[in-house]
Amino acid sequence: MSARPGASRARRSLIVQGVTFGVTAAVLWWLAHNMSASLERRGLSLGFGFLTQPANFEIGDTAWLRFSPEQSIGRAILVGLLNTARVSAVGCVLAIAVGFVVGVLRLSHNPALRGVMRAGVEVIRNTPLLLLLLFLSTSLQGLPSASHALRPAPGWFLSDRGLVLPSIAVSGLTTWLAALVVLTLALRKRMGRIGWRVVAVLLAAVGLSMVFRPPSVERAHLVGFNFVGGTTLSPEFAALLAALVLHHAAHISEVVRGAILSVPRGQRDAARALGLSRFQTLRMVTIPLALRAMVPLLATSCVSLIKNSSLAVAIGFPDVVSILNTTGNQTGHNIETMCIMIVVYLSLSLAVAAALNRYNTTLLMLDAQLP
Amino acid sequence: MAVAAIVVAIAIPLVRWAFLNATWTGTASACRAAPAGACWAFIGHKLSFIIFGLYPAAEHWRPVLATIVLLALIVMTAMPRCWNRRLTVAWAAGLSIAFALMRGVGGLAIVSSQEWGGLPVTIMLTAVGLVLGFPLGVVLALGRRSRCRVPRTIAATIVEVVRGVPLIAVLYLAVLIFPLALPTGIEVDKLLLAQIAVAIFAAAYLAEAVRAGLQMVPRGRMEAALALGLGRWQAMRLVVLPEALRIVVPSFISIAVGFFQDTSLIVIIGLFDLLNTARLAAQDPAWLGFYTEAFVFVGVIYFCGSAALSRYGLWLEWRMAAARRNIQEAR
Repeated sequence: MSARPGASRARRSLIVQGVTFGVTAAVLWWLAHNMSASLERRGLSLGFGFLTQPANFEIGDTAWLRFSPEQSIGRAILVGLLNTARVSAVGCVLAIAVGFVVGVLRLSHNPALRGVMRAGVEVIRNTPLLLLLLFLSTSLQGLPSASHALRPAPGWFLSDRGLVLPSIAVSGLTTWLAALVVLTLALRKRMGRIGWRVVAVLLAAVGLSMVFRPPSVERAHLVGFNFVGGTTLSPEFAALLAALVLHHAAHISEVVRGAILSVPRGQRDAARALGLSRFQTLRMVTIPLALRAMVPLLATSCVSLIKNSSLAVAIGFPDVVSILNTTGNQTGHNIETMCIMIVVYLSLSLAVAAALNRYNTTLLMLDAQLP
Repeated sequence: MAVAAIVVAIAIPLVRWAFLNATWTGTASACRAAPAGACWAFIGHKLSFIIFGLYPAAEHWRPVLATIVLLALIVMTAMPRCWNRRLTVAWAAGLSIAFALMRGVGGLAIVSSQEWGGLPVTIMLTAVGLVLGFPLGVVLALGRRSRCRVPRTIAATIVEVVRGVPLIAVLYLAVLIFPLALPTGIEVDKLLLAQIAVAIFAAAYLAEAVRAGLQMVPRGRMEAALALGLGRWQAMRLVVLPEALRIVVPSFISIAVGFFQDTSLIVIIGLFDLLNTARLAAQDPAWLGFYTEAFVFVGVIYFCGSAALSRYGLWLEWRMAAARRNIQEAR
């Protein structure tokens, strides 16, 4: 028996810490020891030197960064990362947009509309994402050939080569000016009163530059068995994007619906009593209030969309996971490629978590300022 | 009106495809002669492959029986009346019986796990993953709430890393890297590795749910238990943890629904779950290309399973809310 209860507690805590630390360290050492033994047996050594070797494989789908087999593995991984970023960025924006519309429509006064939305959401929520993805990808393979492409809208072609859209080419000057507008908008608060004027001047400049060098819309046309011009979304990209958007839009619509329902009824009644129309009430009162409850859940949804984009492996879209897996199998550096994969996804999740924490603290501070 | 028209415009072609123009019996050529309708004859021919994978046809009664045992255990777990210590014993016994049936002991022919497939594998991965993940998740959650820094850091690292990466990464880690970290000469079955990966993945998500539950238990409970003379560990085990677990049962259910669907990802490491057998059935040269029918069929199975689980979750929430109201009224 010890003299003071505090001393015995401190001693016990020390023992617990020591034991857990010891056990963990022993397990890790044992695993690492076995791993180094099996690497030695296979004649492999750890190291990231392989990243500079030529890749020796083609990447079917690239954007922004061109790739050919004699270029380095590191560049291939970068191309994969860009592909993941491309499908996730477009996917997040579209999923939130579609989810918002569906979520609002599920609270509509029209029973048929409500029913259709509910049926769609239930079907998607109760079946695996991979099922949807494989279904879409095999359906796209069953589309007619390029010469018999479907034309859902003027300038759009849907065929087994994917979806071809008209491309819009904007002059370089306009692009730079638009980027400046975004930059000033982001820094607006720091610039004080002058901010809005700078934005206005820049917007005028964007308009002028578009008058002098109008953006050109280029429609694709069929030459032989292939399309020339326009922007092509490969079948894999289109299937992955569509599956991710549908699946996550269904989940986001539930978030949106829940958040709108969580707004106290009195707020809506008050807005209606002030003479706002139903749509105005939704736009100016309900949604801004619901947005607070929504933002953390929307961010979580986007993170899970990014993680789910790794299902690309199943249909052969070259995202970062599928390229890392290919290089790991080819070079035998599976351990290193796994480390890269974990670091990529982990840094992303942690970044979003940090951003969310900041958002929550800002909200708390704003709440504290309220009377 | 316009919306009703759209509903009809979607429903009519669907009914025509699925029922009116469908081919119910016959061969692939009969189906190809009627391309406007679904080919349910394909499902009829491939049913046993989709449900049981490569499991030998003469032994199909074994996976059927094993699945029934697993389903009975799941139903038992779903009944709040059975939430006691005997449930652990029942699971241990039931899992041994199911495994013995699938693998074969005594006079039964041995069927290696490479031949397991279809619905039993999907149900097994989900149920065993969650059942093994649950105690591990509780340990991780308690570790994260511990007052000592070392267990807290270790538990937090495991949970955050596993939750931060896609399930595919965890599966690759289990199948490609983990065997390297075992002593020389030990070969571990791929299905077992996938099962462990699913269990660890489940543990990380369950741990977060349990942690949320522990945070929701009022401080006074712990203090009251300590004042009654219980030790800290006893108070946690007998008072705080049971209450926390009851609070988070609804979130367990949504995690379970997610896992039932996510086990389909084992397609990527080349195992034969329900989704993969359906896909392979449509790749059979004789029946090539009936993907839509295959996916619709397994989609219906997934839908029924997930919808039943979610309904059960809603019922449980309703029941808990009713119990809470009763307590308040009694006061």
